Amino acid sequence: MKQSKPFVLLSVLLVSIVLLAACPAPAAAPAEEPAAPESAAAEMAAADEVIEIEYWQYNFAARVEAMDQLIEMFEAENPNIQVIHNADIPYAEFRDKIAASVPAGVGPDVATLFYGWQSAWINAGYLIPLPEDAFPPSMVEEQFSPMVQASFVEGTLYTLPTAVRALALFYNRDLMEAAGLDPNSPPTTLDELRDMAVQCTQRDDDGNLVIEGFVADPSSQDHHWFREVLVRQFGGVPYSDEYSTVLYNDEAGLQAWNYLLAFHTELGTGDRDLFDGSTNAFVGGNVCFHVDGSFRLGTIANNNPDMNFGVTELPAHNGIKSTFGSYWTHGLTKKAAEDPARFEAAVKFLQFITSAEAGALWVDIVGELPAQLKAGSNPELLADEKLGAFAAGLEYAYATFFADESQQRQAIIDSFDMVILADEDPAAALEIAAETDQEILDEFWSN
Amino acid sequence: MRLTLRQRQIIWAYIFMSVALVFFVVIRWYPTILAFNVSFRDWNVFEGSGPWVGVENYQEIWQDAGKPRSSVTAAFSNTVRYVLFGVPAQLVLGLGIALLLAQVYRFAAVFRAAYFAPYVTSAVAVAFVWNWLYQPETGLLNQALDLVGLPQQPFTKSPKQALPSITAVAVWQNLGFAVIIFLAGIQQIPDMYYEAARIDGANVWQIFWRITLPLLNPIIVYLTVLGTISYLRLFALVQNMSPQGTGGPLKSTTTVVLEVYREGFSSYKMGYAGALTVLLFLLILLITVIQLRFLSRRVEY
Repeated sequence: MKQSKPFVLLSVLLVSIVLLAACPAPAAAPAEEPAAPESAAAEMAAADEVIEIEYWQYNFAARVEAMDQLIEMFEAENPNIQVIHNADIPYAEFRDKIAASVPAGVGPDVATLFYGWQSAWINAGYLIPLPEDAFPPSMVEEQFSPMVQASFVEGTLYTLPTAVRALALFYNRDLMEAAGLDPNSPPTTLDELRDMAVQCTQRDDDGNLVIEGFVADPSSQDHHWFREVLVRQFGGVPYSDEYSTVLYNDEAGLQAWNYLLAFHTELGTGDRDLFDGSTNAFVGGNVCFHVDGSFRLGTIANNNPDMNFGVTELPAHNGIKSTFGSYWTHGLTKKAAEDPARFEAAVKFLQFITSAEAGALWVDIVGELPAQLKAGSNPELLADEKLGAFAAGLEYAYATFFADESQQRQAIIDSFDMVILADEDPAAALEIAAETDQEILDEFWSN
Repeated sequence: MRLTLRQRQIIWAYIFMSVALVFFVVIRWYPTILAFNVSFRDWNVFEGSGPWVGVENYQEIWQDAGKPRSSVTAAFSNTVRYVLFGVPAQLVLGLGIALLLAQVYRFAAVFRAAYFAPYVTSAVAVAFVWNWLYQPETGLLNQALDLVGLPQQPFTKSPKQALPSITAVAVWQNLGFAVIIFLAGIQQIPDMYYEAARIDGANVWQIFWRITLPLLNPIIVYLTVLGTISYLRLFALVQNMSPQGTGGPLKSTTTVVLEVYREGFSSYKMGYAGALTVLLFLLILLITVIQLRFLSRRVEY
């Protein structure tokens, strides 16, 4: 019984340790959040030392490398600013991690996001408008590719990109040749694309597809191709000017819709469920023609470097050329605005990475086209065997304004599935896509 | 201060429990209570706060559920379907395999490990492997169908087959757990009951229906409740086996948890996602209470 005292002491000690360890955890986190950056900033300002800002993007090897180089150049020019580069987050988790970082009081001052996410991020109050003195709207209008207009949300500029992308037509030269087509004259019109896709398709004795001529796959890039390219080429417009009203459910839209569906239904030139989807099928060398963006050049270089393929502008129709443009863009976060010194540094950094020089470096490493026209209209770039087709498209590219990119995409995918999998009438399915899309837009514009 | 042995034991018990308690409070209860709070607010995920809007999020869910092709309706009805297909399949197969394994003495541990392995495998890895098996044309299952002259099946690519296909994988994955628990239950039934029954001339079926099954009742209740909860919370398999992780094709495989995730982290509608979470919580609570009330009857011999 003599040992009871140490035991009691020990237990009291243990309990208190446990309680001490546990209690502050939930309570202290919010309290620390505003305090930490302020005191850190004050310390730095007092010592007139290095200002630290944080930059986040999702993990994509080429982008990380390009940004590392840009940061190195930037830090050499601005020795009092240090940029912490966080690119460890996989694409699929990027938005969750950003969302989770904010209440925790950490996260980026400058973040890279898909332009289609802007609405959601702005609605959530995460992005702040870019200061007009550093980024005058007139400068953006004159110097940047017209598709960057999508960065103005209700007249206010929120983000700017380093580089932009457009869609073009990829073609497998070996498969064309094997089908008796001339690999030096890829399709230039929608009719040619359809005919050549049929000619290029091969099935085995059981009727299974071996070589797919063209795979209609709205879950990859074909939903963009439908809205911004096919609809316009058949004489329609996908949305009203403000992107507040869906207009692709008219006669022209239906023709475009049927053109896309035909590859899967009557022509049978491909099945998007085979070979893990159209993109993987093309990269794997099983597809003749494929609509995709310049970013796919890197995928092919990494996964199937020996593939003999070419890239040409998207086929025209009725004399109309169009392509879909999109871009990853950089915005300033609420966190950057909390401290003037850091805000100034973040603005400087953003100016640097959206400059024409940054765009020129970016195209070499990532294969995306410079967002600034000065760098984009470079004759060398236009003459490039692979990038030329994308660069040519920048002139006539449209970037859809998305209220909710993933849901609007899903509306097209679901309607496509209704026809393919549930025998829905194509016109009725298109009407459903338009209704769903319109609901998403209405909800956005009513806020 | 002098403490009796009993008092000391109690203190120690509390000390050890406090560690688990801290874990539950911080990791489980605090977020749970927060989710209730979020569900009544127009929660801004980036600010970590939002104005109180009462039951507006719940009203929105109710309105959405009334729309044609509603994701919410699909999510709830699919979730119920996963439970209705998955739980009975898991119980029947689990009991069948456990009864067989109870007869096996050679390599018994190897068999048990083999059945239990999928249960401890990550759902994502399981989903990947089964995606390959289910592939059209090139997948192992379709090639096997080809071999015996049967038509190929679309499996997860078809709105009709996708949910049963994913349920089958969930059953396959969770089966090991049911088998092990059933085995333990079977081995606890005293041999003297069986001996007495045989002496009285009972046949195999009578022994099964009159002795084994009734005495396994507590185990069946336990597995039903746990199984139901796990199917109600199905997420990882669906996210990794449906096209683009969206619960398709045509919303045919989506679950409540998947919708929570999509609304919360893809559309940033945290209040709406929170309200869905609360509804799922209430559903699980209701079903569990009903099951415990009606399934657990005592069997005495």
